[in-house]
Amino acid sequence: MNTARFKRWLQGLPTHVILIGIGLLWLLPAVGLLVTSFRPFQDVNETGWWTVLSAPKGEKEYKTYCGACHGNDGRAIAAADLTNADLVQNYRRSFALLPSLKREINGQPHMGMLSVPDEYTAATIAAYLRRISGIDARPRFTLDNYIDAMVGYRGKVTYESDCASGQQALDLFCDWRDLGNPRGMGRAFLNSLIVAIPSTILPILFAAFAAYAFSWMHFPGRQWMFALLVGLQVVPLQMTLIPISRLYAQLGLNGTFWGVWLFHTGFGLPYAIYLMRNFIGSLPHEVFESAYLDGASHWTAFSKLAIPLSVPAIASLGIFQFLWIWNDLLVALVFLGGQHPVLTYQIGNMVTSLGSGWHLLTAAAFISMALPMIVFFALQRYFVRGLLAGSVKG
Amino acid sequence: MSAKKQQIPGIMRQGRLTPWLYLMPALLVMATFIVYPGLNTFYLSFRNNANTGWAGDNCLAGAPCWSIFENYRYALTSEIMRTAFLNNLKWILIMVSGTVLLGLLIAVLADRVRYESIAKAIIFLPMAISFVGAGVIWKFVYDFGSGQVQIGLLNALVTALGGKPVSWLTVPQVNTVALIVVGVWMWTGFCMTILAAALKGVSEEILEAARVDGASEWAVFWNIMVPQILPTITVVITTMIINVLKIFDIVYVMTGGNYGTEVIANRMYIEMYTSFKAGRAAAIAIVLIAVIIPAMIFNIRRFQEQEATR
Repeated sequence: MNTARFKRWLQGLPTHVILIGIGLLWLLPAVGLLVTSFRPFQDVNETGWWTVLSAPKGEKEYKTYCGACHGNDGRAIAAADLTNADLVQNYRRSFALLPSLKREINGQPHMGMLSVPDEYTAATIAAYLRRISGIDARPRFTLDNYIDAMVGYRGKVTYESDCASGQQALDLFCDWRDLGNPRGMGRAFLNSLIVAIPSTILPILFAAFAAYAFSWMHFPGRQWMFALLVGLQVVPLQMTLIPISRLYAQLGLNGTFWGVWLFHTGFGLPYAIYLMRNFIGSLPHEVFESAYLDGASHWTAFSKLAIPLSVPAIASLGIFQFLWIWNDLLVALVFLGGQHPVLTYQIGNMVTSLGSGWHLLTAAAFISMALPMIVFFALQRYFVRGLLAGSVKG
Repeated sequence: MSAKKQQIPGIMRQGRLTPWLYLMPALLVMATFIVYPGLNTFYLSFRNNANTGWAGDNCLAGAPCWSIFENYRYALTSEIMRTAFLNNLKWILIMVSGTVLLGLLIAVLADRVRYESIAKAIIFLPMAISFVGAGVIWKFVYDFGSGQVQIGLLNALVTALGGKPVSWLTVPQVNTVALIVVGVWMWTGFCMTILAAALKGVSEEILEAARVDGASEWAVFWNIMVPQILPTITVVITTMIINVLKIFDIVYVMTGGNYGTEVIANRMYIEMYTSFKAGRAAAIAIVLIAVIIPAMIFNIRRFQEQEATR
């Protein structure tokens, strides 16, 4: 009995190994981003994010070379307390620390029997001393990156310390007004919302009307118009950018919210109508029939029957359209640009201008992902349903 | 098709105008934002960059010239566009096969374990975030430090194994594959979800019968599951090809199309908004849609078959 169970377990083992392996592989890059976004900026470029829970950099070297005399906490020799900032201040870099290590103290070599560390190790130890003495102390995790990203801080330390010392950049006020800084993610978050909400509601509204007509009304050209709609779903954005750019330039719509709202509505419609029509069209027609027999008009049937009954489809569609717009870069880049920067635009800019400011980039990226992830986890069911309805089922 | 017509109850008569009132907002917006600009782009692809004359004006004396098709000469034969075509082909080959195979594998395996929903959610999660966000995530994975410390996961792994760190995003050939990996990471969830739904539709009895008859799991998968979900696989592949052809954000954010990673959609953006060569950009857009049109026709055909069997 037991061997049979063990055999079954053994047979299932490869499945688990492969699945869990792929799962971990999928999560790992995102975990790296998340962890990094909470680390102090000094640490981010110094050590990999996977070392976040291990001892701070330099501790091992310190223990090897200095721990025996100075103690693991650095306080063993009262005359040379390594947690004393005033003392360490003199040896903050390897070129200051190394000579002192080579010097003799009371006629004995400083290092005693130990060899003097090389320059790289000395620099690592110096960095560690700065850390334990409080000159360069920092917590393992911090929210500074998020604050800095939200207000669009681009300085060398952190927004908070700049503000505390009164040395902030000219465009920062050090109060809530900084959330509106055009370079910040706070402003961009708001802009993304302003873009996404009407661009989600408008196409669903228009699509509901059109889908009702396609489902329950007679008119010439119904079949081929709908077939055309199926084709329009795959037209790439690139096909329309140039003429619309020129049109908007004439109408003064470039860089306005109206421009993107309308554009997203136009491009969301084919899929929205398709999905809504498949749903409204598959509602039991007895329901509509009896409504008409009772003297209901099309408007009544549409507003009192079709719309309330198709709430699940509207939910799926809403999530899809919202996420698509929230995550879009191309349309925002072309029609809004820097006038009303949205999240994706802002991050795209940071990538090219900051290079390796990973502490800010990771925080900014996570700010932009927070909302989609909440939507996804809360409404996963609708999300998957919409996906299936759109691409496979007719 | 006529079956569909009869589905509408006869009493639902309406004025001749009513349907158009319901359709008008949607049709108007689509005409303005898809149909008209699409046709206009086609026209612009034969014009010079300022739209003041025909495309032949762009020709340089002594250089090869296709007169009115000059923009297409650039879109089809220039060095950078050939790189773009080749890269798009690589994208299609690697990304489509990667996402479909991985998606199928996960769909089949996840069906047998108790933590199915968690496993699927993890694979699916990247679908919810932006290409830009994914670009940042992976740029960090690929980070290349010129000094001693590697803070990029991949290079840390390489150096830990005794190798030399690689600048993944600037070495030609390697970098395109590195970008495609990001695409696979993002889109496998999509393929998995659709294929998993199709697999759930395969009748349990047939599978059981085959297993009772002593068929191996591999034979069950290959001879029963795959043929049954083949139509779905075709649909997934078509959808993925369309998606891959339109790929823009990943390349734009991660390399900007430099170091030989150019793709068609990014080139179109650069011609239009960096070089201000509208004619060329329009021609590239037309080439893009020309490649997509077969998929479009396939979609319409499939739709019509579905309608016939409704």
